[in-house]
Amino acid sequence: MSTVATTDPVLTPAQSTPISLRGRLQDALPKIVLAPSFVITLVFVYGFIVWTAYLSFTNSKTFPSYALTGARAYQRLWRWTFESDPPSSWYTSITNMAIFGFLYVGICLALGLFLAILLDQKIRGEGILRPIFLYPMALSFIVTGVAWKWFLDPGLGLEQTLHHFGWTSFHFDWIKNKDFVIYTVVIAGVWQASGFVMAMFLAGLRGIDGEIMKAAQIDGASAFQLYRRIVIPLLRPIFLSAFIVLAHMAIKSYDLVVALTSGGPGGSAWLPSNFMYEYTFKRNEMAVGSASAIIMLMTISAIIVPYLYSELKEKAR
Amino acid sequence: MRKFLSSAAIAVVMMAGLGGAQAADVKEVQMLHWWTSGGEAAALNVLKQDLSKEGFAWKDVPVAGGGGDAAMTALKAMVAAGTYPTASQMLGYTVLDYAQAGVMGDLTETAKKEGWDKSVPAALQKFSVYDGKWVAAPVNVHSVNWLWINKAVMDKIGGTQPKSFDELIALLDKAKAAGVIPLALGGQNWQEATMFDSIVLSTGGPEFYKKAFNDLDEESLKSDTMKKSFDNLATIIKYVDPNFSGRDWNLATAMVIKGDALVQVMGDWAKGEFVAAKKKPDTDFLCYRFPGTEGSVVYNSDMFGMFNVPDDRKAAQVALATATLSKSFQSAFNVVKGSVPARTDVPDTDFDACGKKGIADLKAANEGGTLFGSLAQGYGAPPAIANAYKDVVSKFVHGQIKTSDEAVKQLVQAIDDAR
Repeated sequence: MSTVATTDPVLTPAQSTPISLRGRLQDALPKIVLAPSFVITLVFVYGFIVWTAYLSFTNSKTFPSYALTGARAYQRLWRWTFESDPPSSWYTSITNMAIFGFLYVGICLALGLFLAILLDQKIRGEGILRPIFLYPMALSFIVTGVAWKWFLDPGLGLEQTLHHFGWTSFHFDWIKNKDFVIYTVVIAGVWQASGFVMAMFLAGLRGIDGEIMKAAQIDGASAFQLYRRIVIPLLRPIFLSAFIVLAHMAIKSYDLVVALTSGGPGGSAWLPSNFMYEYTFKRNEMAVGSASAIIMLMTISAIIVPYLYSELKEKAR
Repeated sequence: MRKFLSSAAIAVVMMAGLGGAQAADVKEVQMLHWWTSGGEAAALNVLKQDLSKEGFAWKDVPVAGGGGDAAMTALKAMVAAGTYPTASQMLGYTVLDYAQAGVMGDLTETAKKEGWDKSVPAALQKFSVYDGKWVAAPVNVHSVNWLWINKAVMDKIGGTQPKSFDELIALLDKAKAAGVIPLALGGQNWQEATMFDSIVLSTGGPEFYKKAFNDLDEESLKSDTMKKSFDNLATIIKYVDPNFSGRDWNLATAMVIKGDALVQVMGDWAKGEFVAAKKKPDTDFLCYRFPGTEGSVVYNSDMFGMFNVPDDRKAAQVALATATLSKSFQSAFNVVKGSVPARTDVPDTDFDACGKKGIADLKAANEGGTLFGSLAQGYGAPPAIANAYKDVVSKFVHGQIKTSDEAVKQLVQAIDDAR
C-alpha cells in the first residue's frame, strides 16, 4: 500500500488529526472491503473442508452425525479397491479418473498445440477459423454431454445414420459398453476443451520474439527444427498453465459424465466426483462420501502443491 | 453453529432453484414430487382440482427423474435448511428416516377422525405411522410383479399367458423368432432391480423372498436359490435389445405400447402410460402377474410425507391429507395412475380389468400374509441397503459381475457394508 499517511502516530507527530484519520481510513478501506469475501471464503471453502474431514470419521448416514467412529469409511473405500474382483464403484471411479485425466489432458495439449501451429502459418481466414475452434468452450458440459449422447447413441446417432446410408457393417456402441464408455467421455471432453487450449497456445506463439525465429532461419533451421528446438521450449509457461486448467477441469468433471452417460452401464463411467455425490446425497452414506471427497482433495493437493511450490521458489529467486 | 453449518453446506451444494417455493401462505400447498411423466402428471391433476375446490392453491416443487433420486436430494437440502414443503412424495424407509430426524408433522388427530387405522393395510402403516403418530398419508399401492404385454404382438406370435419362468422364456423366444424385441428394459439400476424382485419371488417363492429381501437373512442371501435367481436374471437379460443402457422406464413402456417390443416387467405405474396413450386392457395390452408369483404382491406405496410446518400452514396440510385419503380421490387417482387404492374399502367399480385384478390381489395378499415390501423400491430395507442391492444387480446385468456365485458374494458383502 503506497499511501502517504502512515498509521503510526509516534512517527508523525506533525500531522494534523483529520489527515491522519483520513489516512487511516484510506489504509483500512481495502481491508474492510476485502473482509466479507475473505470471511465467506474462509467459512465456505476452508471451514467446509474441515467439516467434511470431520464427517468422514463419523458414521453419518442420511444426515450428519457427530459421533466419531474412527476411519471405518476409509477402510471401506480401500478394502473395496484391493479385494474386489468385479471392480467396486470406488475402484472404477479412480481408474476412470486415471484414464480420463491422462487422455483428456494429453490429447487436449497435443491437439491444441497442433491446431495452434497450423493456425499460426498466417493462413487465410484465421479470423473465422479461430472462433470456430474456440466456440465449443462456450457450451456447458451438460449441453456437450447431451449432444454427444445423441450423436454416439447407436440407435439414434452416428451408427444409425451410417446404417441408413448403407454402411450396415459399421458398429460403434462405446457409449453403451461398460469397457469403453469412459473413452466417450474423453471424446466429448476433448472436443470441448481443445479449442480453448489452441487459443492459449496461439497467444503464446504470437508472443514469441520474431527476431529469434529469423535468426534461427538464417542459421538454416527447418520449420520442424524451429518448432521443436525453439518454439515449443519457449512455450513452457503456456504448457504449465494449460495443464493446470485442464487438470482441474478433469478432476472436477461431474456433469459431463451425468449428461453423457447417466453414469454408464452399471456405473462404469463414474468419476470420483460422481461417487462422492452418489454416496453422500443419494445413498445416504454421508461418511463414505466425505471420505472419498477428502481423498480427492489429497490427490489434487499432491499435484498442485509441488507446482505452487516450484512456482513460488522461482519467483523468490 | 454446527446445525447452521450443516444446513448451509447442504443448501450451498443444492443449487436447485427452490428459493421460490418458500413463500409461506396459508392457502397454499407446497408439494415436492417426481411425477412428471404423462400418466403420473394426469393422476396428480385429480388432487390439484380437489384441493382448488376447497380454495387451496397448489404449488409444485417438481423434480424430474423416474426413480426420484433427484427429488430426494432436493428434499434433503430443503429439510436441512429448515424450509419444509407442506408434503413430499416419499417412499418407505425414507419416511421413517425423516421421522427419526424429527422433522415430520403429526396427523394423528385427522387420522382418528377419518378412521385411517382401519382402512389402511397394516403393511402400509408400518411406514406411515412412526412412534404411534401418523406422519404420512399413503396415496396408493403399487405392485411390481407384473408383466405388461402388447396384445397385437402377442396375437401375431400366437403366445399365451406364461405360467412359469420357463414358459416366459419360451414366449420370449417366439417373439425373438418373429423379429420383435422380446423384452423392453430400461438400463437404470432401479429398473433392473425391480425386475429382479419379481425373478427372486418367482424363483424362491414367497417365504424365500420375505426372508432374503425383507428380513435380510444372510443364509437366504447366499443360498443356492439366490444363485439360481441370478442365473435366471442372466437368462432373461439375453432378450433385451443391445441399446437398453440408460433408457428411462417410460421409454421402455413406449416400446411395448408401439409394438416394438413384446413385454415389459415393471410396476403397475406402467399401466398409467398405457392409459395415457388411450390403450385398453385386454384389447390393446395384457397384464399378467410375473409367472410364478401369482398370489403374492411385491408392493411399494407412494406416500405424502407430512412435514412439521408452522401453524399457519397446518390447515392446508390437513386439507391435503384429508383429500388424499378420501375415497373419491383414492379411486379417481388410482384409476389414472395405474395403481390401486391405499384403503381396502374403496369400491373397484371405476377400475379397468387390470385395476380390478390388482385390488383383488392386494386384498388377498394382505389377508394371506403374502404382501411384501419391494427391496428395489425402498420398502424392503433402508435406502443404503436398497442402493447396495441395486448396485450389485446392475453390475451383474451389465457384466461387471460375471457369475452368479460372485454376485451372491458381492450382494452379501454390499448389504453387510451398508447395514
